[in-house]
Amino acid sequence: MSLMDAVFKALATASRRKLLDELRKENGQTLSELCEHLDMTRQATTKHLVLLEKANLIAVVWRGREKLHYLNPMPLHEIYERWIGKYERHRLRALSDLKKGLEQTKTK
Amino acid sequence: MKKDQFVYVTYIRTTSEKLWKALTEPDFTRKFWCNTAQESEWKPGSSWKIMAPDGMLTDSGEVLEIEPPRRLVLKWRNEFRPELKAEGYSRLTYQLEPEGKSVKLTVIHEIEKEGSKFIEAVSSGWPHILASLKSLLETGESLEETREWPREACK
Repeated sequence: MSLMDAVFKALATASRRKLLDELRKENGQTLSELCEHLDMTRQATTKHLVLLEKANLIAVVWRGREKLHYLNPMPLHEIYERWIGKYERHRLRALSDLKKGLEQTKTK
Repeated sequence: MKKDQFVYVTYIRTTSEKLWKALTEPDFTRKFWCNTAQESEWKPGSSWKIMAPDGMLTDSGEVLEIEPPRRLVLKWRNEFRPELKAEGYSRLTYQLEPEGKSVKLTVIHEIEKEGSKFIEAVSSGWPHILASLKSLLETGESLEETREWPREACK
């Protein structure tokens, strides 16, 4: 399996995306901290973390006896670079800002 | 407390021992890290610094944890840009893990602060320096733009 396959496989499950969201909110969390936010057993969380690490989507470093998990944005950046062209980026950003702006006005 | 951090993982075709030397010894760092040299006794608690070729102190701190050739944690503060120095000490972790014929190098540079200018600065410097380190170890040649001081990658 190529690394890109591993990345898509890792992203294909909601719980693993949730784990990435948690790390995005606060990077460098331990397994116990991550378990607190998720309705998952320690065992299941560990399995998900292993897959995310294999896909290089998270980096794991030891601190004392604890493992800290960090979101590694590189593989996602590579996907972005591969399919979104240099010139399209500005247009997409403008569209997305417009959408956000309009939706905010609506709810006011 | 909220933190800002830079995270980087790279696989380098080398041994942990060689990579450790490359990260710490001046003869190596001068080649891929903008001609800078580090000085330290490399023991827990010993002081640590980086110097530009003209002897100017660029960064300083302390060795927090050291376990050659696997793990090095440094307390690290910029010394030559007042706005970065004002942010105080950051924490740098290098973790080296052999995987097959390569070594997985994980670099985490973090600070107890949100919206850190220091992390913003190192986030543009590290990828260049680490790519150059990989090139040096795999091909014997570093990236040209990281060989001299001062260069964009080293500010």
